Amino acid sequence: MNDESTLRAGEEASAYAGAVEERGRVNVALAGRGVGTPKPNRRPSAGRTLPGVLASRWLGPGVALAALALPYLNSSTYVIRIAVDALIFVMLAVGLNIVVGYCGLLDLGYAAFFAIGAYTSGLLSTRYGWPLIATIPVVVAAAVAGGLLIGGPTLRLRSDYLAIVTLGFGEIIRITANNLDFTGGPDGLYGIPGFGDFGLRSDIALYWVTAVVVCLAVLFAGRLGRGRLGRAWRFVREDEDAAEAMGIHTYRVKFAAYIAGAVFGGLAGVLFAAHQTAISPPSFNFLWSALILMAVVLGGMGSTPGVVAGALAISLLPELLRGAENWRYLIFGLLLIVAMIFRPQGLLPARAGEARRRGRRVRGGAS
Amino acid sequence: MDHFIQLVFSGLFVGSFYALVALGYSMVYGIIKLLNFAHGDLYMVGAFAGFTVLSVGAGALGGGLLALIAIMLVAMAATGGLGVLLERVAYRPLRGAPRLSVLITAVGASFALEYGIAVAFGPNPEVYQMGVSGGTLNVLGARLTYAQLAMTAIAVVLMIALDTLVRRTRTGRAMRAISQDPKACLLMGVNVDRVISRTFFLGSALAGAAGVMAGVYYGKIDFLMGFVIGLKAFTAAVIGGIGNLRGAVLGAVVLGLLESFSVAYIGSEWRDVFAFGFLILFLTVRPTGLLGERVTERV
Amino acid sequence: MSEVLLDVRDMAVQFGGVRAVDGLTFRVHEGEVLSVIGPNGAGKTSAFNCITGFYKPSGGTVTFGGARITGRRPAVIAASGIARTFQNLRLFGDLTVLDNVRAGMHVRIRQNFLDAMLHTPRYRRGEDAATAEAHRWLDFVGLDHDRTAPIRNLPYGEQRRVEIARALAREPRMLLLDEPAAGLNHGEKAQLLALMRRIAGLGIAVVLIEHDMGLVMEVSERIVVLSHGKEIADGTPAAIRSDPAVIEAYLGAEDEEAHAEAERIAAEAGPGGTTEVES
Repeated sequence: MNDESTLRAGEEASAYAGAVEERGRVNVALAGRGVGTPKPNRRPSAGRTLPGVLASRWLGPGVALAALALPYLNSSTYVIRIAVDALIFVMLAVGLNIVVGYCGLLDLGYAAFFAIGAYTSGLLSTRYGWPLIATIPVVVAAAVAGGLLIGGPTLRLRSDYLAIVTLGFGEIIRITANNLDFTGGPDGLYGIPGFGDFGLRSDIALYWVTAVVVCLAVLFAGRLGRGRLGRAWRFVREDEDAAEAMGIHTYRVKFAAYIAGAVFGGLAGVLFAAHQTAISPPSFNFLWSALILMAVVLGGMGSTPGVVAGALAISLLPELLRGAENWRYLIFGLLLIVAMIFRPQGLLPARAGEARRRGRRVRGGAS
Repeated sequence: MDHFIQLVFSGLFVGSFYALVALGYSMVYGIIKLLNFAHGDLYMVGAFAGFTVLSVGAGALGGGLLALIAIMLVAMAATGGLGVLLERVAYRPLRGAPRLSVLITAVGASFALEYGIAVAFGPNPEVYQMGVSGGTLNVLGARLTYAQLAMTAIAVVLMIALDTLVRRTRTGRAMRAISQDPKACLLMGVNVDRVISRTFFLGSALAGAAGVMAGVYYGKIDFLMGFVIGLKAFTAAVIGGIGNLRGAVLGAVVLGLLESFSVAYIGSEWRDVFAFGFLILFLTVRPTGLLGERVTERV
Repeated sequence: MSEVLLDVRDMAVQFGGVRAVDGLTFRVHEGEVLSVIGPNGAGKTSAFNCITGFYKPSGGTVTFGGARITGRRPAVIAASGIARTFQNLRLFGDLTVLDNVRAGMHVRIRQNFLDAMLHTPRYRRGEDAATAEAHRWLDFVGLDHDRTAPIRNLPYGEQRRVEIARALAREPRMLLLDEPAAGLNHGEKAQLLALMRRIAGLGIAVVLIEHDMGLVMEVSERIVVLSHGKEIADGTPAAIRSDPAVIEAYLGAEDEEAHAEAERIAAEAGPGGTTEVES
């Protein structure tokens, strides 16, 4: 397309702006498909919530630095243990956010991929003596295979079918692990090695490995979400037909989101196996899947800071509120309903606009 | 051969449980295209409602079939009301919202019901103090208990009642109309909100009835008992063709039989894996179900 | 006449017992501005949906640029060079104006997931170029608004422009516009007319479904008239105006709006600018 043809035609734009505004509302209301109007005022702009801090480019590095520095601040085994738990949970939430937040697909069996990762690395390391690090390629392959198996048939269907099939898949994986002798049955696997201690206290060594992996995972997931594929995920989330009309192969795009989520879950499973040293089927029940989903939803679907904060809150809260488990889950459930009705964008929503900086640089003085 | 018939009977029996729950799933989906994840939990609440009645009025009721029916009616009223409340509070404000929001709300509702019951009754299983008399009957060499027969009969009566209601009454006609085109119904003066409420009442009440039957039959209930049955009911609804009521019953019977045979030949520990695997297979091969019609997806 | 770009032959589509499109045949030539008109329910939008793959035609063939595209999936058809807008405005509401336009460039941006994760030079180059191009298309359609804001904050008329910009960013050889003037006021319609001429100036064939006859008569080189899912006339605006079959189709229909439209055609038969018509 030649640049010469580009010309501006918006001179009289402001003159009728008022009239357009008026019609706009009516027509937008009429444009709704289905019974109601589409998304009335959901996700107001992020302006109200800590805009400066959240938009800052130093937020990510700052939090990462704080995470890496933790052992210098407090290295008690208790703190290190719950910090590793929390970090693994962050990784799971960030992975599920790709599927749910970016692409708008509800996965209710995300713990299945977590289990696939943990069991694959656990089996290879305990039964065949592989070093844990060497199991990673197999874990990735197994997670992808699981994603293909479930995504293949269901991603073509209406999105709510995916939700319930993933729920079933989560159960299939857990029950299978429980029934097979090979996977240790109800007792699971034990004696899973770590990544090595690098001359440090072994839990601190694992903490650093986990922290580095999780920080990279958060970074990569966020970047993936902003790139070409990430945009395609959002297009599919917003309007599949319109995305198709732009030449976007929506089935493949959804598949990519599902597989990416699976890989993140699988890798989190490796960290979990190393951290727990013993794994068993109840660690991967529906409660886990639901809690990860809650971290994503309450934190803010599609928002990296929101999801990280949500994951930290949900994994650390139990440490503060020990004992009141059933009450806690009851409140979580109610919170999900309340959040969807009153604040579907979550507590720290995804930034609605985009940085103007880049636009201005490229565009020069055009505006 | 005796063994075969025994398996068929137990499949039909389990299938009739599934059918009661699947009907509600399918009705709600048919009318507002919502997968009500909390539906299985309404079944669980029904069981607990029945348990409450039983523990309060245990002496007065005696132990016969009439007592069972009385308990079921109370439980059905309670779960029906709860279903209406759930729709009013959680789902109605989100009509027209993105599908993802509604699904997440349904997950939240399911969670809230499960752990609400866990808070109210404690997390441990409760024992149903109602052994329906243990007589047995021999049919074609298979052994059936009277309890099984009575419950299957009640389930069939409920299903016939629902079918009649949907096909013969004004409410039923309105329900079918809304499932076709809610907007047109609104324009034609159908009170859509009221019909949806009634749909939730009926579906939830049937689930509640199934919950009481499960409590009586298995003798034990717990706050997570609705999770798996919800999945099974959905599977049944998909097999039959979701949104189609007779399909839901057919799907439930098919699933019950499949499970009955898989338990016999593969082992009971694989029953759920088999059922959910079958769900995935069915969605791959024939997502519209046995009785579902092929619909052209319109832009 | 220049080369045939789109060739629709005997296309048919059915919904239950209703034949929305019933043996439709027409052609679009390279760079041509063609309007498809007809009473409500004549099957215009259904025909668009068949051409773009959103409906599977039950019969007939669609050939685009010499290749058969009948029944292919929408993404494949779009990638082959057909872009469209929707009757009811289908934008990505929560995304920014720029992102909406970037959607059109999706198939052209060369970038894999590693580029995106590692922010390679190729990633930066590609993203910057895409942003610059998105701005150019927004300039082209004359959008004078904050482009970094979510699109649902824009007024309706501006959203319509962005939808066209998004379709243009697909760099199509043919653009299908489904009632682009619906809901626009007089001034905006004039701008739309100018915009369609600029688009045609780029050598892109424009196929327009529109009820505003003033606009149709003004911009079209050729008009195809549909009734009951079939073409009943095909010719220049002047020929269509005086075609008895067309007048019959509009007047014969037992539809008030159709009567109004027929009168509108008659009233606007003389050469003139766009007339604002409220239905």
